[in-house]
Amino acid sequence: MRLNRIVALFFRHVYLYRRSIPRIMEVLYWPVLDLVVWGFITVYLAQFRQNLPKFIPFFLGALILWDILFRAQQGISVSFLEDVWSRNFLNLFASPLGPAEYIFSLMLVGFTKLIVTASIMAALAWFLYSFNIFLVGISLIPFVLNLIVMGWSIGIITTALILRFGQEAEVLAWALGFLFMPVSAVFYPVAVLPPFLQAIAQYIPASYVFEGMRSVISKGGFPLDELLWSLGLNIIYIVLSFLFFYWNFRVVKKKGLLVRIGE
Amino acid sequence: MLEPIVEVEGLTKVFKSLKAVNKVSFSIYSGEILGLLGPNGAGKTTIMHMLLGLTTPNEGEVKIFGRPLAKHRKEIIQEANFSSNYVSMPNSLTVKECLKVFARLYQVKNKEQKITELLKIFEIDDIRNKLVRHLSSGQQTRLNLAKSLINDPKILFLDEPTASLDPDIADKTRRLLQLIKKKSNISILYTSHNMKEMEEMSDRIIFLHKGNIIAEGRPADVIKRFKRKDLEEVFLKVAREERY
Ligand SMILES: Nc1ncnc2c1ncn2[C@@H]1O[C@H](COP(=O)(O)OP(=O)(O)O)[C@@H](O)[C@H]1O
Ligand SMILES: [Mg+2]
Repeated sequence: MRLNRIVALFFRHVYLYRRSIPRIMEVLYWPVLDLVVWGFITVYLAQFRQNLPKFIPFFLGALILWDILFRAQQGISVSFLEDVWSRNFLNLFASPLGPAEYIFSLMLVGFTKLIVTASIMAALAWFLYSFNIFLVGISLIPFVLNLIVMGWSIGIITTALILRFGQEAEVLAWALGFLFMPVSAVFYPVAVLPPFLQAIAQYIPASYVFEGMRSVISKGGFPLDELLWSLGLNIIYIVLSFLFFYWNFRVVKKKGLLVRIGE
Repeated sequence: MLEPIVEVEGLTKVFKSLKAVNKVSFSIYSGEILGLLGPNGAGKTTIMHMLLGLTTPNEGEVKIFGRPLAKHRKEIIQEANFSSNYVSMPNSLTVKECLKVFARLYQVKNKEQKITELLKIFEIDDIRNKLVRHLSSGQQTRLNLAKSLINDPKILFLDEPTASLDPDIADKTRRLLQLIKKKSNISILYTSHNMKEMEEMSDRIIFLHKGNIIAEGRPADVIKRFKRKDLEEVFLKVAREERY
């Protein structure tokens, strides 16, 4: 494992953003729109005060948080596809670059993008609505980090599947994340799920995050139990997803598919 | 020239029921260009991929720099490089950015100096700020070759590097490779469908057919053995005859 090689690939993506307006837009566009809409709705709802339907702030918060997970996952799988599409993949793996270094570089790119986005959103929230995220949102940060890690696990698994099954599996880069949405309790508590889905939700880190978020909004305080559950599960899943990727990488080399990726 | 850089013993690759490479053994010596030739599907690219550790052989052993590839891939690959007409650079980066990324991947010491040198050698200095996707195929090939020399490799794997080049650029590229070889004592494994090129470039050739080596030696000797006037004719004979 060499930092140098991770940094090399990090720059490969930074160069892109330095030049491409659509790519910079991608970092800013959705978050800014999210913020504007969310902000105006909040302003509008403030008029009702007493009889404010509680589900609305839940709903909006959940939407933004789910977006973070989705983006973390895409950060991995779509960046990987870019290497495949530009037929650069073999050049990378004909170098001393190892699979773990490759994945770490994608995580680093995604994380940096997220930090930039989050800072801009925080600044905008301050300017537009005098809303200081650091007063309300600080306790959300560990939860957000958990969502990112879960997104990464899904991204790594997606990438491994695309390696293995080729072009037909590329659609997974966009789709696989949503498979976890129903059991992540994004918009509703786990309790509304039928028993067998509840059983599954138990093993989904994001379900604890969203339950935790709801309890912060409705009761206040800090849901430490939920945090620890999602953290524990996430550690297991990220390790398993790395192992899955490694195993798959080996299978793909045996089947001669690594050199055919993108064909 | 007697020191073997690459030693291949009984290398075999089976894809489902197809034996793409069948118990192939050969060596590449220090400072030589070894040409791999044979009809489409003979197994040339598969051999190259196995030597790079991108495809795992079913059987056989590969030693590079005296060390087994299976165990020491990272150290070995650090001193090897690869260029293929079928593999490109990230197409949204500029020429120079590509070289910077790969200089870092190979942990090159004097990056800037090395990149400047390669841009000059391959005459792509004037297009260093152009995006890869806007390059002509000749320029892309030269960029690929520049990348393949970024780490001063001791062994270079070139898979059809001159395919898709016009005769002028192809000729220039060959001259360049020969110049580089003379200067740095690099070993090169080379494939091409241009038989004249093979004759001109290769110190030795290996003739592959359906995964088997059917002839090996200096181009002139192989031509003599097949009683033909040049490699092109040897190729046609082999490709058109079933029994080999
Ligand atoms: N991953 C793979 N799966 C199945 N067959 C393959 C794979 N890679 C190569 N082949 C087959 O192996 C044979 C050798 O291919 P290749 O090494 O590319 O030949 P060459 O480079 O000499 O044209 C061909 O018949 C090709 O179709
Ligand atoms: Mg080939």
